[in-house]
Amino acid sequence: MSVPLSVAPLDTGRVPATHALARMGRAIRSNRKATAGTVLIVFFILVALFPGVIARDNPSLDAYKPKLGLSAAHLLGTTAYGQDMFAQLVWGTRNVMIIAFTVGLATTAIAVLIGVAAAYLGGLWDASLNVLTDVLLVIPLFPLLIVIAAYARNGGTLVLILVITATSWSYTARQLRSQALTLRSRDFLEAARVRGERKLYVIVMEVIPTMTSLIVASFLTNALYAVLFASSLQFIGLGDPNTVSWGTMLYWAQNNAALQTGQPLWAIAPGACIAALGAAFALLNYAFDEIGNPALRPVRRSKRVRSA
Amino acid sequence: MSEVLEVSGLSVDYLLDRGDVRAVDDVSFTLDRGEFLGIVGESGCGKSTLLFAVAQLLAPPARIAAGSVRFQGTNLVGLTDGQLSAIRWRDMSVVMQSAMNALNPVKSIGAQFKDAMKAHGKPTAEQIAARSAEVLKMVGIDPVHLGSYPHQLSGGMRQRSMIAMAMLFTPDLVIMDEPTSALDVVAQRSLMVQIRELQLRLGFAVIFVTHDMSLISHFSDRLMVMYAGQVDELGATRTVFDRPLHPYTEGLLEAFPSIRGPRVPLKGIPGNPPDLARLPAGCRFHPRCPYAEQRCAQVAPDLFDLDQALVRCLRRQDGSLN
Amino acid sequence: MRFVLRRLGFFALTLWAALTLNFLLPRLMPGNPALAMLAKFHGELTPQSLKALEILFGVQTHASLASQYVSYLHQMVTFNFGISLTQYPATVSSVVGSAIWWTLGLVGLTTVLAFVLGTGLGIVAAWRRGGWLDSLLPPVFVIASAVPYFWVAMVLVLVFGISLHWLPYVGGFNVITDTPAFSPGFIGDVLSHAILPAFSLLITTIGTWILTMRNTMITTLAEDYVRMARAKGLPGRRIMLDYAARNAILPNLTGFAMSLGFVVSGAILIEYVFNYPGVGFQLLQAVEGEDYPLMQALFLLITLAVLVAILIADVATALLDPRTRAAR
Repeated sequence: MSVPLSVAPLDTGRVPATHALARMGRAIRSNRKATAGTVLIVFFILVALFPGVIARDNPSLDAYKPKLGLSAAHLLGTTAYGQDMFAQLVWGTRNVMIIAFTVGLATTAIAVLIGVAAAYLGGLWDASLNVLTDVLLVIPLFPLLIVIAAYARNGGTLVLILVITATSWSYTARQLRSQALTLRSRDFLEAARVRGERKLYVIVMEVIPTMTSLIVASFLTNALYAVLFASSLQFIGLGDPNTVSWGTMLYWAQNNAALQTGQPLWAIAPGACIAALGAAFALLNYAFDEIGNPALRPVRRSKRVRSA
Repeated sequence: MSEVLEVSGLSVDYLLDRGDVRAVDDVSFTLDRGEFLGIVGESGCGKSTLLFAVAQLLAPPARIAAGSVRFQGTNLVGLTDGQLSAIRWRDMSVVMQSAMNALNPVKSIGAQFKDAMKAHGKPTAEQIAARSAEVLKMVGIDPVHLGSYPHQLSGGMRQRSMIAMAMLFTPDLVIMDEPTSALDVVAQRSLMVQIRELQLRLGFAVIFVTHDMSLISHFSDRLMVMYAGQVDELGATRTVFDRPLHPYTEGLLEAFPSIRGPRVPLKGIPGNPPDLARLPAGCRFHPRCPYAEQRCAQVAPDLFDLDQALVRCLRRQDGSLN
Repeated sequence: MRFVLRRLGFFALTLWAALTLNFLLPRLMPGNPALAMLAKFHGELTPQSLKALEILFGVQTHASLASQYVSYLHQMVTFNFGISLTQYPATVSSVVGSAIWWTLGLVGLTTVLAFVLGTGLGIVAAWRRGGWLDSLLPPVFVIASAVPYFWVAMVLVLVFGISLHWLPYVGGFNVITDTPAFSPGFIGDVLSHAILPAFSLLITTIGTWILTMRNTMITTLAEDYVRMARAKGLPGRRIMLDYAARNAILPNLTGFAMSLGFVVSGAILIEYVFNYPGVGFQLLQAVEGEDYPLMQALFLLITLAVLVAILIADVATALLDPRTRAAR
């Protein structure tokens, strides 16, 4: 199976991890998309860490009059169950961010492990890992997630995290393997080998740091899909409907025909938040593509000298 | 008019995020009918950029910043692709470095010949077939390969089919960008012989860019040496070889071993070519020049006509170097 | 040829993997979920159906895992998926059979449209580098790709269905006033019900095609053979299509296969929001009703459909790229 379409950033040579991160920092500041994405993500992280600061009410408490409109006391009104919608939205951020970051990190870790191992172990190992990766890549993930989650029957957030992590590492594993393969024959790795360094050392200390930008990009991709998959599963009722999260808000909204009964905000607000967080990850990822592949950057339109 | 090409004050800039970089700086030369001009220099000296600029094939972020390129009297700079298509391939064709990259991988050789021919006139299918077979035979390839795809041919055959393609309309000028660099030594020589033979037979002018000075010296009429975007020496090949004027040219010649001559210790040129965004003051070559003086770091020399050749060197200019 | 054979082999392997996964999953879950399902439907089932279900899910049988597996495979291969529990006494096959047309129509057509339109726009955007299309597209579609499919559907429902009352947003046709027939009235009704779901699917999936085609085109346009085509004086359109697009689309076809998984996810969610009676909607109904036989069959069907589409894309790549044909 050919390499999936990717404009992954390729490093030109040995780059220690700290150096790569510093370069990334500079790149983020200069690229508008990257800055926007970073600001959004930081915003959401802060909301997830300190929800009590912004929303005073207990999100699960159904103490209020149901279906209230917008007001100073209830910034987004109340749900059909009498819960404060704004509080739900704010507190729900925590659940979403936990899922995004845990799944993102875990999936990326697995992808790095499998991708790099396949590239370096070669032979039968490479072949078998490849087959495993390809099969998982091709089986449609969402239906598989639905089936597994259905069997698990309302296992809650932990089940969601486990299930999504177990199935969605294949795409980024493929990308990482490709880059690991191209790096295998780079000069500085030859030098390390000639110095007598053991394979494991070479892999951990030389190869992986050089792949830093692709690993970060993989994390962003995985986090994005974690958010989308998790909220979709919660939306159709396969997460624990009693947890406070954006996806579960949508589930309850759909169940109460929110759109048809004049409570559109119940559905629109959490959806907009998912879109915003997703957009943040996507913007950062796209910015990384541009940083890594200068050909994709916006073209300066100079005067029409047909560059001939 | 015996002049096929007249390049005046051509400068090419690369528009980069960190500022504009001038890759070709005020280059001028003429080319007569049937003349073979070799352009040599290290990687990054601007020779390929110069070539593409002459052929009007630059792509963003590169653009021609100044100068003119008069091909058979008409200035090509500023013309649109539509206006250029009349002379493209008919009168001026291009041969690139790597045929694997220069040939469309999903089309057969014959198909690529065909679309070049159909772009200029309305040839019949027989005419197309006949001409395609003819040019292939000219370079010593069996016409049966018209149906082959680029990846099915060997490196040497690919390169020769590119040259065959360039001959389709027997143009007046063929521009070649390191066409032999990707080949082994034996194939290189045989390709050069072929090119020279075709040139003498069909009478076209050639601009041949390479980094391999010893190879080009046996075939070119005139030689142009480039360094850091500028022309440093320009003269008849034999003259430049026997009596190199510019210290850089001298250094280049001494870096190449001679198979038959006495054993001489090889001397490389110390240092590296300059970063075009941060050029040294004065003469661009002075940091690496064994004859440099104080003033070389202060005054940037112009090209000076020294009878036998043009040279860009202060010490040659005033005769203080011998 | 060998390329196609290899792909067929992979196809068979993946299908087998999906079947095996289907077999193992309920048995691996703590507390076999099938037990609960069987308890729920116990009274309504005939002894044969009960037996069939037991084989499918490995409940209450003393047969070894291996023999269960063999019987399971046998059932699958003969398309004997059993009886649907929530739509008793309809067989799973009949439920799937009727739902499949709705999905093929909606998802199939929309995906093809999205791919064609998206690829075309991507080509033009890259060709006119720096033009309005090129500058607008990337940020717009980067954001669009992050938006959950069902949310877009909901917004459309809100705006066009509820607020403006322009288009219907529930079901495949008006079940109250219409009966399925080949009349223009019915067909018109079907079409009007398909507009919003199709549009939701289109706008959420087209972004990927446009963006990836544009990116590959940009890389391809920098290739030497494109420069060579310019040098030959070929007309612009020919260069764009014959030299650039022809080559740029190849990695895209592979990408198409990869993205199918996401198109499927989108389709399921959109059918859910619109109550569109397709395969996705049935799947979610089955999940809700713990109708595992139906759920399993739908999962396998969706997987099979994706595999077939990928196979078609691979064959198309082989046809378009002479290098693949020659490869070992």
